[in-house]
Amino acid sequence: MRIIKDPSSKNSMMTGAEPTCEQRTVEDLQAIAKGCRREIVKMVKRANAGHPGGSLSVIDLLVGLYGTTLRVTTKDPKHPDRDRVILSKGHASPAMYSVLHAFGFIQESDLHTYRVYNGVCQGHVDSKWTPGVDFSGGSLGMGLSYGLGISLAAKMDSKDHFTWVILGDGECQEGEIWEAAMATVHHKVENLTVIVDVNGIQNDDFVDQQMVMGDLSAKWAAFGWKIKEIDGHDMAEICSAINWSKEMVGPCVILARTIKGKGVSFMENNPSFHGKAPDDEEFEQAMGELA
Amino acid sequence: MTLAASRDGYGAALLDLAEDERVVVLEADLGKSTKSCLFRAEYPNRTFSMGIAEQNMMLVVAGIASTGKIPFASTFAIFTERGFEQVRNGIARPNLKVHLCGSHGGIHTGTDGSSAQSIEDLAIYRTLPNMTVMHPCDDLSTKALTKALVNHENPSYTRTARNKTKRIYTEEESKLLEIGKFSIIREGKDVAILACGVMVAEALDAAENLSKEGIQATVIDVHTLKPFDHETMTSIAQKCGAIVTAEDHSIIGGLGGAVAESLANNHPTPLEQVGVEDVFGMSGQPAELMEHYGLTMSNIVKSSHKAIARRTS
Repeated sequence: MRIIKDPSSKNSMMTGAEPTCEQRTVEDLQAIAKGCRREIVKMVKRANAGHPGGSLSVIDLLVGLYGTTLRVTTKDPKHPDRDRVILSKGHASPAMYSVLHAFGFIQESDLHTYRVYNGVCQGHVDSKWTPGVDFSGGSLGMGLSYGLGISLAAKMDSKDHFTWVILGDGECQEGEIWEAAMATVHHKVENLTVIVDVNGIQNDDFVDQQMVMGDLSAKWAAFGWKIKEIDGHDMAEICSAINWSKEMVGPCVILARTIKGKGVSFMENNPSFHGKAPDDEEFEQAMGELA
Repeated sequence: MTLAASRDGYGAALLDLAEDERVVVLEADLGKSTKSCLFRAEYPNRTFSMGIAEQNMMLVVAGIASTGKIPFASTFAIFTERGFEQVRNGIARPNLKVHLCGSHGGIHTGTDGSSAQSIEDLAIYRTLPNMTVMHPCDDLSTKALTKALVNHENPSYTRTARNKTKRIYTEEESKLLEIGKFSIIREGKDVAILACGVMVAEALDAAENLSKEGIQATVIDVHTLKPFDHETMTSIAQKCGAIVTAEDHSIIGGLGGAVAESLANNHPTPLEQVGVEDVFGMSGQPAELMEHYGLTMSNIVKSSHKAIARRTS
């Protein structure tokens, strides 16, 4: 996370005292991600509801973003020149909340309000409720369009903030994704990167059982996007793909192969943990594995 | 008598608003129809084509609005509905200042037939928290109210009509209109006719005919269906004791629905609704269709008699 030092200054794009991408090692990021995994499982356990599988698959990608390139500041989460992170798969909110906590946007006590009456951490990510959340998600297919709007506005004003849109592979079944994919290329929007969390599982079953997605890479390429395929749990690869996309003339899409439920053995690649909390025994096991 | 279409007022308003650099215009391949083409011709760098893809357009305007710009997006009323859930979750829920215009609303649209004649748009947008819903009656009021949206604190949906009808306001009068306030355009003590869109002209003709029978009618242009002017509604109901609504829209959930809710909650009063009776439209000339579906001056007169007869004095 880079820091916008002085929001009022024209030279506000300085990096500040907090560690930057150069200063954080891959090991640092891995340690942060592990801590986030623990918080994800705890949040879902406390709420006895939520979406652990897709949160555990996307978490390394989020930590990679926040831990390296992202230009945001906890002092002014709505700073107009901030980079945006659009978690289009908004039900993976525990992942977002754990990252916002790890990087100082919200407190540990806020994590206890996940899915709780009047809580800061709503069931699905919501910009009205949580500092640092840029997009109100929860309905799939909308995030890329929203990110495109932000990036179009930035382009009009010659601003250099960047938009990162995180989609699920199942989510790519929504037609609006492809409407937005067309429009992004048509309008030559380059300050935007899509990261697809390709975990292969959606609500009811494996993606290929519900709706065969075929060659996602070829599909995005056919719409005019630049593609990089990576292991979405390899922090070094994640960081390098993030840098790649910032250096390319976009728009770019990073297809990150991930494992749903990654880090908790009995949740891994298990469709039943798309949207289910662990029982007491499972919770203890999960905490042991993530120790 | 000047004839004009309310959609022309939308196009004129965008041009007038252009000096505000925050104003951005989006189209979905119907700019020539909704009249945003006028803005495009002058300000191509602030006009974005979204292609025939309305769902995407709804979230793109939401994203643009989140940066502090003021986007206006238009397509046919019916095609805004294709992105209804996007409007609900992406615009209304986060309360982003996005202004949607749905042109070609109602049966009056004519020969395109039922697929293009939205008769439910006002009802569905009225159900969304934070949304302002307007349906002005002529070009000048559409222009004035659209221009007022630039300082409005909520997202909005404005329905315009394709075809020309009698102009109701002068330029000066139109500047007095306020979002959320009834516009009383004729005063009478015996019955109140509340109309919107192309039915305002019919309501005025009906009032003229009623006056020949000695019945004095109040005529109100309800250009804003939400927020609804409950205060004026209640005082008018107290004064007249008989109410008629007239709209080129389903009788379910639109102007008639809004008036019924207000009366039932605040001052129960006999109400007769003139509108589309829960059926889809068809092809035909506007005048033929208005006659077929009962959207006429004579039906407003008949309904006024009924409402007056039901009044308990």
